[in-house]
Amino acid sequence: MKNRINKLFEEKKHNIFSVYFTAGYPKLNDTVKIIQQLEKNGVDLIEIGMPFSDPTADGPTIQKSSEIALKNGMNLNLLFEQLKDIRKTVNIPLILMGYLNPVYQYGVEKFCVKCAEIGIDGTILPDLPLDEYESEFKSVFEKYKLHNILLITPQTSVARIKQIDKASSGFIYMVSSASTTGAGKKVEDFKKEYFERVNEMNLNNPRLIGFGISDNATFKNACKYASGAIVGSAFVKALNSENNIADSIQEFIKNLISS
Amino acid sequence: MKYQVNEKGYYGEFGGAWIPEMMYTNIDELKRRYLEIIESESFTQEFDQLLKNYVGRPSPLYHANRLSEHYGTKIYLKREDLNHTGSHKLNNTIGQILLAQKLGKTRIIAETGAGQHGVATATVCALKGIKCVVYMGALDVSRQAPNVKKMKMLGAEVIPVHSGNKTLKDATNEAMRDWINNPEDTHYIIGSVVGPHPYPDMVARFQSVISAEMKKQLKTQTGLENPTRIIACVGGGSNAAGAFYHYLDNEQVELIGVEAAGKGINTNETAATLTVGSPGVLHASLTMLMQNKDGQITEPYSISAGLDYPGIGPLHAHLYKTGRAKFLAATDEEVLQAVLLLTQKEGIIPALESAHALAALDKIEMNPEDITVINLSGSGNKDMETYLNYFGY
Repeated sequence: MKNRINKLFEEKKHNIFSVYFTAGYPKLNDTVKIIQQLEKNGVDLIEIGMPFSDPTADGPTIQKSSEIALKNGMNLNLLFEQLKDIRKTVNIPLILMGYLNPVYQYGVEKFCVKCAEIGIDGTILPDLPLDEYESEFKSVFEKYKLHNILLITPQTSVARIKQIDKASSGFIYMVSSASTTGAGKKVEDFKKEYFERVNEMNLNNPRLIGFGISDNATFKNACKYASGAIVGSAFVKALNSENNIADSIQEFIKNLISS
Repeated sequence: MKYQVNEKGYYGEFGGAWIPEMMYTNIDELKRRYLEIIESESFTQEFDQLLKNYVGRPSPLYHANRLSEHYGTKIYLKREDLNHTGSHKLNNTIGQILLAQKLGKTRIIAETGAGQHGVATATVCALKGIKCVVYMGALDVSRQAPNVKKMKMLGAEVIPVHSGNKTLKDATNEAMRDWINNPEDTHYIIGSVVGPHPYPDMVARFQSVISAEMKKQLKTQTGLENPTRIIACVGGGSNAAGAFYHYLDNEQVELIGVEAAGKGINTNETAATLTVGSPGVLHASLTMLMQNKDGQITEPYSISAGLDYPGIGPLHAHLYKTGRAKFLAATDEEVLQAVLLLTQKEGIIPALESAHALAALDKIEMNPEDITVINLSGSGNKDMETYLNYFGY
């Protein structure tokens, strides 16, 4: 079967809407419900966050949700257990996002086997840099047909962007500006020069823009320069309430993608 | 050069640069340029001159007569406590501030636990007139109030970190986040031989002045360059790295690192990473870590805030793994007794961290002819409140 990520990018060239949430937050067993609601409301791709005690690339919102998820008892064994039947109800691509150490302790190959069994399509591991990925991990990920999504930033050199493009499959995660997640940027903070520069490089892989995409204006702006955009902290914040999850998700998505 | 870092940034199986892409440009620049800069003549001239006239080096190597008599052997103390700002930390911050200037950086960030590295960083920033931001766990801010005030007086901004358990690990996370958010103008002065390559090697080189002096001083005082053994405390491991550095490939010299056992290595309240830890990735380094079975980092404990870290430098993980160095652990109780013994035998009040090395003297066999060097990494001035409360003076 074709990887769902490749299929998505072949079928949809614009306005791909990707959402991140932290597994185990707000409640331990919300994972499946959140995924199903996101698909139902038109989200194209989901990043399921594997919480870590020391998320150095994340801002306060995802730090807090990770802390609560861990307190709730989330771990990789439990997450895989929760997701074991997910492909009976959900068709959109699913990506696991998190830091390397929990995966390393679980066992890298065992992790990939589990992802393949469940129907996970890719991973985003910010602290697994290109060189280490290529020397130790790439062959294992490829064996199980998992796309490992790599990041580029406004500081990434042209030569390195090309290198990352070559090593990538699926798509490239374009970090909008120099920041940790959830920095609450405004449209005018985005570096148009950087978006245009990368656009003109005609890379092999499609791109999604993430970090600081928090509302309709920032989402629309990001979509001008890439195949779509990723919303993380703003969505996690929206779940941070006493409201019914289905209602919060519907409301949030309506506001974000309304034209 | 068996124990030096390799070109990929590894000590054996440990080390590397497990950085998010947002830090790549800065780390890559450091990696490409640090050796060329710190080996250049203009750098070494200014570095040596500042170590001599500003830090007050060489630090004395002192034959501790009454302590030697007590243990029936020869004990020497390398007096890093007599450096400006009261510890070995300034050796590294002097080196890194000069490096930051060569890289054209105009803003400095640092993490600190007990505040010694924070004070050493704020000091060199005052010296050079560079803006300084220090991240410190909110719990440590309240535990180490005098050092917080000192940093502020030196002109630094101290930012309390409220995430996680509000100690050194969390301050390090926050400093890394700051660097991700400020990639252009900022240099991050890491305080120990931890973090991504090239930091462990770079910091070890700046601290290696300790063992370089030790060699010359031993030769003058005893006729021999080689001691029988060197003992140093290890949290991240910067003072130990400096004290071991020029002896790493000289296997006749026994190297002993002493970790903080806290309330005991069999309790949950310990910081003895090598004894209770396992390999994993934290703060961009593959090293030994205190963690649970799910790979979540666990909170260390020690009476000494400077050793209260759940990881250890990759060099030490490698020395442990290969057996080149022996690592022991001393409990809070043993450490406090060692503080009192040195104070009353020699008139020197050591820092809690350094007293871990002293406590090891009760744990090893020593012959009368042996020469044992203890790296006395810091002064006890910052710990007076703890001592006065504990001993009841």
